[in-house]
Amino acid sequence: MTKPIPQQLRHFLQTDPDDVACDEAIRLLHVYAELVASDPGEAATRYPGVAAHLAACGPCGEDFDGLLAAITASEHDDS
Amino acid sequence: MDSESAHWIAALQDSGIGHDDAVGRLHEMLLRIARSELNRRRGSHGLAGPELDDLAYQAAADAVVSITAKLEDFRGESRFTTWAYKFAILEVSSKLGRHYWTRHPTTSLDAEDWERLPDRFGLRPEEYAGQRDLVCAIRDAVDGSLTVKQRAIFVALVVRGIPLDTLVAQTGSTRNAIYKMMFDARRKLRAALVAGGYLEEDG
Ligand SMILES: [Zn+2]
Repeated sequence: MTKPIPQQLRHFLQTDPDDVACDEAIRLLHVYAELVASDPGEAATRYPGVAAHLAACGPCGEDFDGLLAAITASEHDDS
Repeated sequence: MDSESAHWIAALQDSGIGHDDAVGRLHEMLLRIARSELNRRRGSHGLAGPELDDLAYQAAADAVVSITAKLEDFRGESRFTTWAYKFAILEVSSKLGRHYWTRHPTTSLDAEDWERLPDRFGLRPEEYAGQRDLVCAIRDAVDGSLTVKQRAIFVALVVRGIPLDTLVAQTGSTRNAIYKMMFDARRKLRAALVAGGYLEEDG
């Protein structure tokens, strides 16, 4: 009988065929981040391949979090 | 394009004093972004004080150079500032990647510490005892299914826990190339574990 595979390993082994990889995700990162800031659902619908990549790639996910934090902070400064 | 973005572009394309002024403001803005990004990531790099400030300064300066060289690429798909922030954040990542070796000078280049593998996948020692077969199966799959290059990337990223951006700096490769190689490796390992009965086909 097989034992349950730990979540982290399962996540590591899971590859999404929609995943656009780093170059394309970074090319669209500014557009995607603004869309997430205003309408997260629409962002995932319009750019499923970017969403898939950011969920799987640590460094691009970190860059996205940073960019989102930067634009969110700027919006607060403006108001 | 929104008016603020158009204003940035016009000022940066200006051939007179307006250009220098805009470059100065851009640098100031990106320095603020690089600093807050380094602060946001402080748990992972251990930089503080002048060292942190120095890295923020370099990241902002390099981002300004890239932005002024690529102004024509900006199509107004986002605010100019969002597009510009992206360059600063990517520079922070790249510089932190390079900085890794100064923080881990004793890390040997060739050491393969496979003992760490269970921990990398979130297996606690008490669980590991019951999952020894699984850990061996992964190691067999790494040795048996991956190409030499894929195996080297797996060992660096997963076994040794070297950050991807550090590997980029060290090998002169790109994040995209390494990610894709790892993507294929992950698929192969998954297939090997399914074949070995450790994982369901769709699980
Ligand atoms: Zn990526």
